Amino acid sequence: MNGTPNTLQVVDVVKTFDQPGGGRLKVLDVPQFEIAAGEQVALIGESGGGKTTLLHLIAGLLTPDRGSIRLAGTELTSLSEQGRDRFRASTIGYVFQTFNLLPAFTAVENVRLGMTFGHGHHGSSRAFELLDRVGLADRAHYRPSQLSVGQQQRVAIARALAGKPKLLLADEPTANVDPVSAESVLDLIQQSCVDEHLAMLMVTHSMDVAKRFERVDSLEQINHAFAPTPS
Amino acid sequence: MSLIQIAWRNFCHRSLSSFLTTLSLALGVGLVVLVLSVFGIVTEAFSRNASVGYNLVVGPKGSALQLTLNSVYYLSQPIENLPFTEYMEFFDAADRAEMVRKYGGDPALGERDGEYAAFIAGGYAIPLALGDYVGEFRAVGTTPDFFENLRHGPNVDEKFRFKEGRAFKGYSDENSYFEAVLGSRVASEMDVHVGQMFYPTHGDPEGQGHGQGFAVVGILEPTGTPNDRAAFVNLEGFYLLENHSKPLTGDETIVENDDWKSRDPDHKPLTIPEREVTSILIRNGNLMFAPGMQNKINEGLQSQAAAPVGEIAKLMTAIVGPLLKALLAITLITCVVAAVGVLVAIYNSMNDRRRDIAVMRALGARRETVTTIILAESLIIALIGGLCGWFLAHFAILAASGYIEEQTGVQVTLFTTSSYELAILPLVIALALLAGFLPAWSAYRTDVGSNLAA
Repeated sequence: MNGTPNTLQVVDVVKTFDQPGGGRLKVLDVPQFEIAAGEQVALIGESGGGKTTLLHLIAGLLTPDRGSIRLAGTELTSLSEQGRDRFRASTIGYVFQTFNLLPAFTAVENVRLGMTFGHGHHGSSRAFELLDRVGLADRAHYRPSQLSVGQQQRVAIARALAGKPKLLLADEPTANVDPVSAESVLDLIQQSCVDEHLAMLMVTHSMDVAKRFERVDSLEQINHAFAPTPS
Repeated sequence: MSLIQIAWRNFCHRSLSSFLTTLSLALGVGLVVLVLSVFGIVTEAFSRNASVGYNLVVGPKGSALQLTLNSVYYLSQPIENLPFTEYMEFFDAADRAEMVRKYGGDPALGERDGEYAAFIAGGYAIPLALGDYVGEFRAVGTTPDFFENLRHGPNVDEKFRFKEGRAFKGYSDENSYFEAVLGSRVASEMDVHVGQMFYPTHGDPEGQGHGQGFAVVGILEPTGTPNDRAAFVNLEGFYLLENHSKPLTGDETIVENDDWKSRDPDHKPLTIPEREVTSILIRNGNLMFAPGMQNKINEGLQSQAAAPVGEIAKLMTAIVGPLLKALLAITLITCVVAAVGVLVAIYNSMNDRRRDIAVMRALGARRETVTTIILAESLIIALIGGLCGWFLAHFAILAASGYIEEQTGVQVTLFTTSSYELAILPLVIALALLAGFLPAWSAYRTDVGSNLAA
């Protein structure tokens, strides 16, 4: 398979974890999975199916036991932990299910944190610009505790976009927001990816969310870890 | 955002915990600085008091430290007395002959130079007679030369100044031989003013009062020396107090004149054989002669010569220094305890912050970066706590500066620092960084995956 810039390629990736009783549990076995530049993919699957583990592997927070993960032309498995940290800061945006805004920081500071650890220092103006784009320019100096759940997720989206990533990873970003807010959050994420020309992988267990995407993959299809062994 | 900004935000976010941790460190540092300052003030006060213009104290054989304590600090009891002739050994033949003529004695005394006269050429010898009290303060019999020749102050170049009145005279028409000058504390604590009389008591503060009183003719301005705590009386008047004359054996040769009758017919100055001195303050005209003279005096059978600065240095080294160092060690332990408080406070907060650390790691922060942020928090606590503690201690010292100056003569300002204090802030920072190491290590090891999912 030819590597193309801005394309994610996951090939023959296996991830196992230690089991409390001894031995190792295989939670992920992905022969092939890829996302083209600018493509938006929804990955559906049940809880405990390995969705978050796959996101962590792609983000470089975990390393696979074997296999290749290639993102934007860079082989993640060949990088050191520090290299993966640097790469993540400049290439990947991450939106969490629980938003994970830092309570000590204001909205604009949370967004600025998204660019603190990367190479490029885009400054406050981009942080304000992103908050404006998510409709929270007037809440820039509010702390997370002063924002509604939907507003917090908007700040989290702005933060994920702050470092000008090439891939946005979203882990059930609407699981904790009300249906009305969920719609607007999804609109925002998808439109932002179009505007910023970045690919997106969103994991969800909601078919309502998945149906908004042109491409929907099932974790059961791509992950063979739990597939019955042929007798 | 810089890492320091991030650390500062975290510091502010847990405001109560941060405040209490910083306060405990500030109090620890303040205590250390206070002890160091007291150490500095005590050291300076001792060395300053030991150098008030003279370089040697001569007294009877015995403890050199005791001689210094009772002659310089007016503490402890006098060892014994020296015959007046020992004092005369510091004068040349002409001066000695004049003394014989004025007081009465053996004319042979005036026929030779004193044994030590050549050593102090250009300097002075001032007699002290101790043993009486004014209230709780020492009465010091001396001559007007005391106020004329002695100096004090940081550079030992300030003459005595009078808040009221003047120095006493060897003899005055209005008060005869019975004039006195009070040190500033004596005057203020006993509420005595120029023109009033006081009556010394013999031997100790509760001792029997002498019938003869002294007229206060002057009150000294504060000098920050033990002289503030003394009542100076004219030596001639001191001699004339009851039981202050040395009994004669009858073997003495005394040639007297009748000059005294024309001055004060009621009071005849003691003759030389009746006179004694407790100690003699010596200033060599040329300090190079001091060691030779000191050796010569010490080789004699009657007297000893002690260098007050040296004796006080020995006292500091032997007793005061170790005590203060022990106190310093205790306060340093307090500082370490405060640093442990920093450790506990930050470490306890780590449980609440693992998700924050995991989020920062997910945003691209390296393990070393989150470690640095935690250490920076320790640094912030150390800097604020250290500076607050320093200012706290120095404001306390500044508030007490008037009292300190009155008691010791040492002038302190907000920024009077000892050289030891320069090591405090680096020490506190090092301690705090050490204290921050454990939580920082915890941050370093934070598992991102499990904490993001938590």
